[in-house]
Amino acid sequence: MPETITFYVLSALAIGASALVIGQRNPMYSVMLLIASFGALSGLYILLDAPFVAVAQIIIYAGAIMVLFLFVVMLLNAPQEDGAGWDRLHPLRQPGVARFGLLLALLLVTQLGWALARSTSLDQGVGVLGGGAVVSSVRELGRVLFTDYMFAFEATSVLILVAMVGAVVLARQEGKS
Amino acid sequence: MIPLSHYLVVSALLFSIGTAGVFLRRNLITILLSIEIMLNAVNLSFVAYGRALGSVDGQIITFFVMTVAAAEAAVGLAIVIGLFRHRESLNPDAFTTLRW
Repeated sequence: MPETITFYVLSALAIGASALVIGQRNPMYSVMLLIASFGALSGLYILLDAPFVAVAQIIIYAGAIMVLFLFVVMLLNAPQEDGAGWDRLHPLRQPGVARFGLLLALLLVTQLGWALARSTSLDQGVGVLGGGAVVSSVRELGRVLFTDYMFAFEATSVLILVAMVGAVVLARQEGKS
Repeated sequence: MIPLSHYLVVSALLFSIGTAGVFLRRNLITILLSIEIMLNAVNLSFVAYGRALGSVDGQIITFFVMTVAAAEAAVGLAIVIGLFRHRESLNPDAFTTLRW
């Protein structure tokens, strides 16, 4: 029973913080709330018996990616969404069109809920004590990662190198040799 | 014991919130944050399915998604900085011309 309570608390935290992320006008608050959401998600990973994913979530997402976002938010120093005159006259800003995105999201919720309601065999328990005999030790993860997924792993390293070079080239000051 | 469908519902809600954020917000940084929310929703369902099917493959794919998210954030933020230098604005509607 404590597992169920933990699940609902963490889920409510993740969903609530994510909803607040897109409700804020100040991106600084959005980044902070997203870090809270990632913390709750890492708790869910621990409930799913995936401690290494939980730790990687905290270190990579909350530690590295969000600090990068925070750094850019502070560097640009443009906290508020600007409501300039041309912006209010923009065609996409008109009533009706402006709520189109909300309509699309509600449509997505309906579709996903419909697909979930139609699926069978989703009622088996997944928890610390449930499910089959999964081995979620770091040793097993590393063995699979470096044998079955060797090519994907190497391709990922090339991807990171390309992203690094691309970021440097894109953010370089123009006019300097 | 928590059914798999509960995790999938949480994942679906997070993904929908991310989609709404991409369409509704008018700030490039918030749009990138919404994309991160969507990637995390997919991660959650990968791990939940991996747990339910008794396999570690779900967790492995989660690591690849995290790596792609890091690369996407680095390149995306570099593009945002470049755009801000040109127009002094983060509103995507300010960038309507392809060259200036």
